Amino acid sequence: MIRDQDDALAQAKVWLEDGRSVVLATVVQTWGSAPRQPGSQMCMDDQGRFVGSVSGGCVEGAVIDEARQVMESGEPRLLTYGVTDEMAWEVGLACGGEVRIFVELVT
Amino acid sequence: MKRDTLDRVLADREAQRPFVLATRLDTGDQWLIRPDENGVDGVSAQLREAALQALAADRSATVTIDEVDRFLQVFNPPVQIILVGAVHIAQPLCHMALAAGYRVTLVDPREAFATEERFPGVHLMRAWPAEAFRNLRLDRRTAVVTLSHDPKFDDPALELALRSPVFYIGALGSRRTHAKRCARLEEAGFAQSDLNRIHGPVGLDIGARTPGEIAVSVMAELVGCLRAAHA
Repeated sequence: MIRDQDDALAQAKVWLEDGRSVVLATVVQTWGSAPRQPGSQMCMDDQGRFVGSVSGGCVEGAVIDEARQVMESGEPRLLTYGVTDEMAWEVGLACGGEVRIFVELVT
Repeated sequence: MKRDTLDRVLADREAQRPFVLATRLDTGDQWLIRPDENGVDGVSAQLREAALQALAADRSATVTIDEVDRFLQVFNPPVQIILVGAVHIAQPLCHMALAAGYRVTLVDPREAFATEERFPGVHLMRAWPAEAFRNLRLDRRTAVVTLSHDPKFDDPALELALRSPVFYIGALGSRRTHAKRCARLEEAGFAQSDLNRIHGPVGLDIGARTPGEIAVSVMAELVGCLRAAHA
């Protein structure tokens, strides 16, 4: 059965027990209309898998790229994504909001 | 996040203890703040106060204390839905409530109805409502929905729900059934203001016909009441 916000943390534990590297991304602040509330989480492993979400699919790809670097350096990162021009190929939120995401390695 | 912190977060969440995970956004250092535990190293009185406020509002947020941003992630026990009557409509309702992240308890003394096969993942209580409700928390994060439309199951559950601060009370049944139900409850001593707390016929009026559609209308009404109360 699906469990809402729980699964990123539970999944992190499962992956750690399998001996994989795990990075957690957490929405820590939002402005305007943002798709996911503060506290929403996504966890990623070293094989490019992810569970959970931090937006409506708009910035997950970029966060996964950042997660690879956090996995290597071990240093947490604080990312901010804002409004994008819908016609441009940049990463951001088409909904007009802004979101701050904390990315950390589980050690 | 340290692995030890992850283990503590998962254990406390499993035990349904309320707490806040505070994270310094510059260094990543973390603390667990619990309402029943004072004097944690590294947690100032101001930080503790902010964490307890976030917990009460059920809202995770970033706060700035002494020019340092800290994220306060709220872990409250899940919203609980108590269903009375393991009838057909209870099946899609259980699925949707679990998908929304709620804890579901289903009360029905009839062994043939309340089975694990029909209700996977649901906390089943094969008991009469009056007895089952004694062992359940009926608080502001709880909803009670009666589905049996049989007075001998539904009425005792509604009476106990009306004497509690639960955020939502719903009762399945037609307008006629509901009018009779209200007459019985009035006879039992409940005032009109009490009866107004009962959503009956249950659910938003969206013309729902099938059990799945009725479940959608009940869930929509229930979420509306929950979030209105927290707004």
